[in-house]
Amino acid sequence: MTGRYHAPFAEHGSHTVDSNIADRLLRIALEKGGDYADLFFEYSVSGSYVYDEQILKSARRAVSMGLGVRVMKGDATGYAYCEDFSFEAMKQAAETAAQIAAGAQTVAPHAVSMRDAPNRYPISVESLDVDGEAKKAILERADRAARAADPRVIQVDASFAESVREILIANSLGHMARDRQPLIRFGIRVIAEDGANRQSGSSGGGGRMGLEYFDDKTPEWHAEQAVQQALTMLDAREAPAGEMDVVLGPGDSGILLHEAVGHGLEADFNRKKTSNYSDRIGEEVASALCTVVDDASLQGSRGSINVDDEGQLPTRSVLIEGGVLKGYMQDRQSADFFGTASDGHGRRQSFRSHPMPRMTNTMLLGGQEAPEDVIRSVTRGVYAKKFGGGQVDISNGDFVFSLTEGYLIEDGRITAPLKGVNLIGNGPDAMRNVVMLGHDFEASDGIWTCGKEGQSVPVGVGCPTIKIASMTVGGTQVAGG
Amino acid sequence: MSGAAEESKALVDLGRSVVERANEAGADVAEAGVHSGSHLSVKVRMGEPELVEEAGSRALGLRVMVGQRVASTYTSDLSEAGQRTLIEDALQLARLSEPDEFAGPPDRSELSSQSQWEDLDTFDEGVSRISADEALDRAMRGERAAFDFDPRIANSEGASFTRARGMSALVTSGGFAGSDYGTYASIVVNPVADDEGGKKRSGYHWSASRHYEDLESSAAVGEEAAVRTIAQLGAKKLPTQELPVIFDKDAARSILGLFAGCVLGGAIWRKSSYLVDRGNTRVASDLVDIVDDPLLPRAPGSRAFDGEGLLSRRNIVVEGGVLKTYLTDTYSARKLGVQSTGSASRSPSGGISPSASNLVLKAGSQSRDELVADTKHGLYVTSMMGFGFNAVTGDFSRGASGFLIKDGELSHPVSEVTISLNLDQLLQRIDAVANDLDHRTAIASPTFRVSSMTLAGS
Repeated sequence: MTGRYHAPFAEHGSHTVDSNIADRLLRIALEKGGDYADLFFEYSVSGSYVYDEQILKSARRAVSMGLGVRVMKGDATGYAYCEDFSFEAMKQAAETAAQIAAGAQTVAPHAVSMRDAPNRYPISVESLDVDGEAKKAILERADRAARAADPRVIQVDASFAESVREILIANSLGHMARDRQPLIRFGIRVIAEDGANRQSGSSGGGGRMGLEYFDDKTPEWHAEQAVQQALTMLDAREAPAGEMDVVLGPGDSGILLHEAVGHGLEADFNRKKTSNYSDRIGEEVASALCTVVDDASLQGSRGSINVDDEGQLPTRSVLIEGGVLKGYMQDRQSADFFGTASDGHGRRQSFRSHPMPRMTNTMLLGGQEAPEDVIRSVTRGVYAKKFGGGQVDISNGDFVFSLTEGYLIEDGRITAPLKGVNLIGNGPDAMRNVVMLGHDFEASDGIWTCGKEGQSVPVGVGCPTIKIASMTVGGTQVAGG
Repeated sequence: MSGAAEESKALVDLGRSVVERANEAGADVAEAGVHSGSHLSVKVRMGEPELVEEAGSRALGLRVMVGQRVASTYTSDLSEAGQRTLIEDALQLARLSEPDEFAGPPDRSELSSQSQWEDLDTFDEGVSRISADEALDRAMRGERAAFDFDPRIANSEGASFTRARGMSALVTSGGFAGSDYGTYASIVVNPVADDEGGKKRSGYHWSASRHYEDLESSAAVGEEAAVRTIAQLGAKKLPTQELPVIFDKDAARSILGLFAGCVLGGAIWRKSSYLVDRGNTRVASDLVDIVDDPLLPRAPGSRAFDGEGLLSRRNIVVEGGVLKTYLTDTYSARKLGVQSTGSASRSPSGGISPSASNLVLKAGSQSRDELVADTKHGLYVTSMMGFGFNAVTGDFSRGASGFLIKDGELSHPVSEVTISLNLDQLLQRIDAVANDLDHRTAIASPTFRVSSMTLAGS
């Protein structure tokens, strides 16, 4: 091992946690009669650099670490955590979590042993171990390129963030697993001004990789994207309002899948029957063109993980195949309920939070059409290129997405850029209205962060060019008006 | 209180020692923020406990300057090794960053001290004493009240009860030392009802307060949650049209929150707000007065001093529709050539930026019902979805749900529509403000009406 940052609970750490310590803590956790317990050790280090007004204006670093102890009795969870790894502190957390059950020990934990996990983060040197000057240079390059691109650019800020999260999980079923999850992200934002008209543009990306990310997507490339977006938006006109055909560009538009379908397929909502997909496995829930997967195994993607936060080994889960609902995304608790095995979707923001079913990389697979044919088929509609973010009401599937870059389609051609476009609809309805899929599937390298019950986790999305017949576009121009 | 006083002294002492060590290591300016907190959070669902979580935490944030170079570090590892890494990393990072002529702490003469700080009554020892059993009982009663209220409440996302206490200390090499503490209790009930076409409708209601006695009863929260859930049954789209829109106080607060982000000094000097160069001009209708008031007793965003140690003050942001001031910290004030409004907020990880404290849109005189009765045809918005706002231009478009107003009365529920209008015009088109303001939230607004917006639907 090289570098400065290592978990105290890892081998050769100041508080190495071995199977013996894990066994002792699990025994304490189950002492009051709980029927399952797990330990989640976490050490995370993050850093960020902000380049603003042509100087590296601030640099930050943060260290966060602790142990979360979970004890379950039936469907009830007891949770406690501590922030140091002294046996006393860990024991106290285990005792607090144990209180959820009242009685004497009925289940003894199985002796834990380490699981082998794959490696989906192909990295030679972690970003945190690279000299800060290299990151400063990347930000300088982005800034210089953006300012040189057009005289109307008046403001540029670029940032780089890096983290590594080391986790160790042990549970009373005898499983123990570890992972070290690196993550980087880069972002640039520009403001362009033309007379009194001002617009912003941005671009960013990253993943579970090192600085080699920039070999493919250079800082100059991102700068160019951001400047083009701002300049394009300077000419944007008011968006139409009402129902029309919508074509979603490849890659980033996968966020629509994430919101419109993904959340409703998380097993906890279906266990509680509060999702509009509850009790519908085997039914047709989307057009026959649609196959949706959640794949934790994509090399280097932001949403990929080797081990989930319950120590399970996630792979690729098929959620919808040819329009038919195949399964939900499971964590341990929901898998128990459905009488199946967890497929590794138990994730949590940190040791301070209990796990729940979460997405990894959610993707709609590609179809047969040439993307230009998809656009050509639309008489009047909207082309969605870049998404800001979205939100869904899981109970009925209603969703809203904001576009940061969108265009009008007129007579089969992409024409004017549009301001402030929102797409609103209903997940199941939109999926039934998917009428064409391009053969241009793309995994987004965008900086997607998913929030659920106050917990944020990094995720990935992907899709081909998609045509949805008749969606509500929320603009200001009433048709015919 | 003596327990809290003792604990806060320990935090100040820790902060002071970190500042001294950072100075010795070569920092020209060192500022330490120390945080500690504890919470109990429970959740019940369908009458059974689902989660009991209890923990405490501590963290240390350090911001240093070497010359005019700035860096900050954060750690939850308060061990000697953890503190050493915190300080070493901060100095190493400061040498990497570049001189920023505007950076630097406020002048010593601007700093406040204990004798000036108002007691804002944000701490209630009673909140810390709430046991897990009591918390479970409060949550259970809330959920049960929702089920008992209407048989159409068929399911539940659960009910939660949380109590928390937090304490923080700020010590700076510029001569400031202070601490702050507060408590918070909250209850949320989230029932679910079945609607036509296999859709479900999920609604919620919540109450939160600094003092336990100010928390609404579990039954009241549960019943209101049921009312809100049932009210959505049979929601329909509306045809695309222009119409008057009434924002109830939850939706109105969300609009005010967008404005809050645009009035901050940081957004202004970066030119990333539509309010750039709009000082002393009309930014809202003359019915609109907006105040940022950190000195409201027991309010969620109250603070006696700001994140740089300046004395908190009440700032009139909009008066009679005219923008009177931006909210600034020392840095953005220097950038804009004005005085700080004492609006600095320091994040646990050490960054400083201006922020609103309790940003309040002043209540009008009409009741909410009068306002509805006075609207022949319109949309009454109770909640919004999505992130459709561009701060640089003010363009606003979000998903909305609520009710159709027909002949001065709330008619059928509405969902799956968007409402759009540039925020600048939206605020200028406010033609009625109701009298139903409360201070449950740091950003607070009464119900108000906008004379005309674009609704996109079927």
